Amino acid sequence: MRGARQASAIRWLKRSLLEVQEYTRLCMAAMQGTVSRPFYARDVMEQIEVIGLGSLTVVVLTGFFTGAVLALQSGMTLDQFGARPFVGRLISASMIKELGPVLTALMLAGRVGSGIAAELGSMMVTEQISALRALGTDPIRKLVVPRVLAGFIMCPILTVVANAVGLAGGWLIALTQLRVPSGVYWTSVVEGLYIQDVWMGLIKPFFLGFVIVTIGCHVGLRTSGGTQGVGRSTTNAVVAASVVVLIVDFFLSRLLISILF
Amino acid sequence: MRHKSLAEFGVAVELAEPHAPVVLFDKVCLAFDEKVILQDVTFDVRAGHTKIFLGASGAGKSTILKLMLGLLKPDSGTIWVLGHRVDQLTETQMMGVRHHMGMVFQEGALFDSFTVGENVGYKLYEETTLPLAEVRQRVEEVLGFVGLGEHIDKQPSELSGGQRRRVAIARAMAAKPTLLLYDEPTTGLDPITSLTIDAEIIKLRDLEAVTSVIVTHQLRDAFYVATHAASREGVGEAEIVKAADSKLSEADFVMLKDGSVHFEGSADELRRSTDPYMQTFLS
Repeated sequence: MRGARQASAIRWLKRSLLEVQEYTRLCMAAMQGTVSRPFYARDVMEQIEVIGLGSLTVVVLTGFFTGAVLALQSGMTLDQFGARPFVGRLISASMIKELGPVLTALMLAGRVGSGIAAELGSMMVTEQISALRALGTDPIRKLVVPRVLAGFIMCPILTVVANAVGLAGGWLIALTQLRVPSGVYWTSVVEGLYIQDVWMGLIKPFFLGFVIVTIGCHVGLRTSGGTQGVGRSTTNAVVAASVVVLIVDFFLSRLLISILF
Repeated sequence: MRHKSLAEFGVAVELAEPHAPVVLFDKVCLAFDEKVILQDVTFDVRAGHTKIFLGASGAGKSTILKLMLGLLKPDSGTIWVLGHRVDQLTETQMMGVRHHMGMVFQEGALFDSFTVGENVGYKLYEETTLPLAEVRQRVEEVLGFVGLGEHIDKQPSELSGGQRRRVAIARAMAAKPTLLLYDEPTTGLDPITSLTIDAEIIKLRDLEAVTSVIVTHQLRDAFYVATHAASREGVGEAEIVKAADSKLSEADFVMLKDGSVHFEGSADELRRSTDPYMQTFLS
């Protein structure tokens, strides 16, 4: 009984190490693919449209309502200290440093990570990936590199959009519900921000975008077991990407705080 | 009799040499964990010839094609394809060898987001520097060859199963390969459509001088391909006729059983075999 449990633990450990090894190899191959030929520029543009423009609506909605609810909730708390005019400062610090990057990344994990895993997974189980290789195309360069580049480029841009819309959402609530004048709100927004906060909010999305897309690609390319396998991969990609986004965000914040402040 | 291996020749084979071995497996073994897939598999395929692999499901037939293409690597043994030792090549190096090969996958494996024309011309569009007009011309030519010229702008989902297989054949032949691999090209198709596919395989082999490796368990199709030939007079339609005796010897059958070569010989030798397993398979 104990022996069986040990064997099972060893099998699990081996499988986990194999996953890490394969994921690392995929990341290395993808990075190498961005600086060497052949380079599929048309596919990069296509993916920028799919990942970037396709996610705009969900990111705008998420950003706006996050900023709005933040203003609503913090307004009540700030009232206790008579600090309602400082609501802008609180929203800008929270959105730009933390909520903007993380919520955008989580939205992308749900929308883009699952889409990539399902698409590549379907291609795996219908042998389209093997067909690509048989036709002389490297699937990493053709499928993974364009998605990684698109995720890497578009995640920071979408984060900036989410931040801007979030601040606008906060302003609308501050103006209409909290009766804070626009001038006071925006002055407070600017005063609450330090350049280090902006850097932190801009650096993190590059890493988060990379992580979301590479996890989606890795899980998709390791799909087996027909349509059930595709479903499993889609779920796994979203769960893994969401958790890893939060973990990476923590360690990256820790690192950036020690470097920037 | 075992043919002399390319390794024993010590040099890359001249493909222009008549009937040179374009594929050679020498004592190839492959296992996934505890499960043995191939055990000491040895055979060769001569230029312009047809090799037909038969066997029950799970006997390792499709694995042989994947090994030839370098999609899998053997645990031991040597594999030579078109003068290259593919079991030692990296994925990047393999791309050069694959340039001269084509593969028709079991279900076609067409790219479902591309049109029929884009599927057929994929390799020429993406992996060559041919001008677009020439690519389009070649795509029309090969689609005409398989009788699907009018479907060039359709999506694969709009085609029937048989048409999708023919598009897959057109895609595999578009870049003029010297070696074509067919993985169960007629499985799941009705007898009439299967005959159309068989005719395409014969036409490619005899009119375009493509070496063919076919994996199937459809005996009727296997014998049809082995015993028929294509001929064309002038620019007219190609005709499928009974193969002459000299042509019959250019088609070999290999029967796989539990990952090993159980039988290797001509169509006639296969029919006359008294081996109980062969008898069961043929009955």
